[in-house]
Amino acid sequence: MTHENLTEMPVVLKIKKIKEETPVIKTFYFDYSLNSRPGQFVMLWLPGVDEKPISISGDSGDEFALTICSRGDTTKKMAELKVGDQLGVRGPYGTSFHFEQDENIALIAGGYGAAPLYYTAVEASKLGCKIDFIISAHEKENLVFLDRIEQVKNLTLHVATHDGSVGIKGRGTTILEKLVNEKEIHRIMTCGPEMMMKTAADIGDSKNINTQVSVERYMKCGFGICGQCVLDPMGIRSCVSGPVMNSKVLKMLDDFGNYSRDENGNKIYFNNPTKK
Amino acid sequence: MADLKVKFCGKEFANPTVLASGILGVTAASWKNVVLNGAGGITTKSVWFNEHKGHPNPTMITTPYYMLNAVGLPDAGLEKAKSEIGAYLSAKPAPLIVSIVGGKTEEFEKIAEQIAQLEVDIIEVNISCPNVESEFGRPFACVSEDAKTVTAKVKAIVKKMNPNLPVVVKLSPNTENIVKIATTCAEAGADGFCLINTLGPGLAINLETRMPILANKVGGISGPAIKPLAVKLVNDVYKATKLPIIGTGGVTTGEDALEMMMAGAILVGIGSAVYFRGIDCFRKITNEMNEWCDKNDVKSLTEIIGTVKR
Repeated sequence: MTHENLTEMPVVLKIKKIKEETPVIKTFYFDYSLNSRPGQFVMLWLPGVDEKPISISGDSGDEFALTICSRGDTTKKMAELKVGDQLGVRGPYGTSFHFEQDENIALIAGGYGAAPLYYTAVEASKLGCKIDFIISAHEKENLVFLDRIEQVKNLTLHVATHDGSVGIKGRGTTILEKLVNEKEIHRIMTCGPEMMMKTAADIGDSKNINTQVSVERYMKCGFGICGQCVLDPMGIRSCVSGPVMNSKVLKMLDDFGNYSRDENGNKIYFNNPTKK
Repeated sequence: MADLKVKFCGKEFANPTVLASGILGVTAASWKNVVLNGAGGITTKSVWFNEHKGHPNPTMITTPYYMLNAVGLPDAGLEKAKSEIGAYLSAKPAPLIVSIVGGKTEEFEKIAEQIAQLEVDIIEVNISCPNVESEFGRPFACVSEDAKTVTAKVKAIVKKMNPNLPVVVKLSPNTENIVKIATTCAEAGADGFCLINTLGPGLAINLETRMPILANKVGGISGPAIKPLAVKLVNDVYKATKLPIIGTGGVTTGEDALEMMMAGAILVGIGSAVYFRGIDCFRKITNEMNEWCDKNDVKSLTEIIGTVKR
């Protein structure tokens, strides 16, 4: 029995470039061959502080990108970093979005869920896929990656904001519903707030379209051993069987669209975050 | 096909592989999934009386030879654990060993009192985690008197609540004389042992940043590298006490498990192998044990327990 390649240690890299997407969202670029696929994540280590799972927002082969929203203590500290500062990276981990040559695919992103879906669009476009990219946010300021998404070949962009400041006023899922009724869509891929993804999954399932969802759960090891991110009632580990999971699998789970668990294993309900 | 069943403290296990404590969480769903993947039994992650926060990440790193972890025993507390245990017991697919932990002796007693009222199979007293030393001081399993006190008190309360429930003490390799600790616990009423908890703690340093990689700086060492030590200490405790043992430490193959049993273990704890060989490592290890038995004309696994020659 050999396990030569089974090493899960952070590789420390210097930040090569930083792009400020919004006042709270930044993209860090690194020179490194990560060999990732769209939808996968890395564990990003801020030495001496903490380590967090972060989706990959681009990988050209010799350079990759991570888009980080400062919403907790660790990500806020990460946001203060400058070009040349060091971060550790473990991974890539988890499942990826699946698409095949020349398919029609609909990508639906909420907020900075646009970052990993942008990476997905780039790779799908290379395979000749025709892409409808729906991006939605509360307001204009929270729309990210629009400039880069627009550059992707064979892509039609649809924008929705809750306040109507750009695109249609309303929800991205309304656009998705219209699209699946109007044309043939082979696959739907979604990343964003869980309740939005739940609606997208319901739309996909109602039309029997292959729907892939990026499920976010609290993670510790990232390689399937600690049990922190397991989903009820089947005990599926979201770090190795996810983050990208088929909507048909998610339908069998109690957690999806209902609750996630905190670092100590307490259930946190989406409709009532204070109840434990 | 050899008979893979074993009896541990009167409880029957379909095969000797049990999920080691600390691996794959504190949810009924996760335990059931592990049984579906071939485990003969389950040990829960250690349960605290109150909610307990673990360490920040990184909490776990691996090399091909060892794993280093300082998860720090995060847990939602006894009430939440009881509901997960209840959900598992409602369709119990394999025996359940509940691991309990506390900062003080009284905490162990309080948890044991309540766990003993559930239909669980064994209580495992975790007095040997090396990763909460900054919070609680030297683990009880490293000091003979402390190990004795906890064992006696837990045994007394369990005996009162549920006389047939065995109490197993999880021992630490990080002590001058594990045999002395084990015999002391045996005198205090321990029905069996689980050993070894992780070794160390150890330290891994990232060269570029010169920083310890684990957030807790140090962490317990497990995985293939510690197996020879585990086999040796299992054999020492087996010879000294003759009590039933869950042999744990770096078992990743059927051959490893057989070696642990020849040293004196009845059950074999599986932890880091979930990473090295996948979640179905329980089935793989059991199949490998079975193949060896067939080749070597061993009809029942119980024949090999403690058969290492002197």
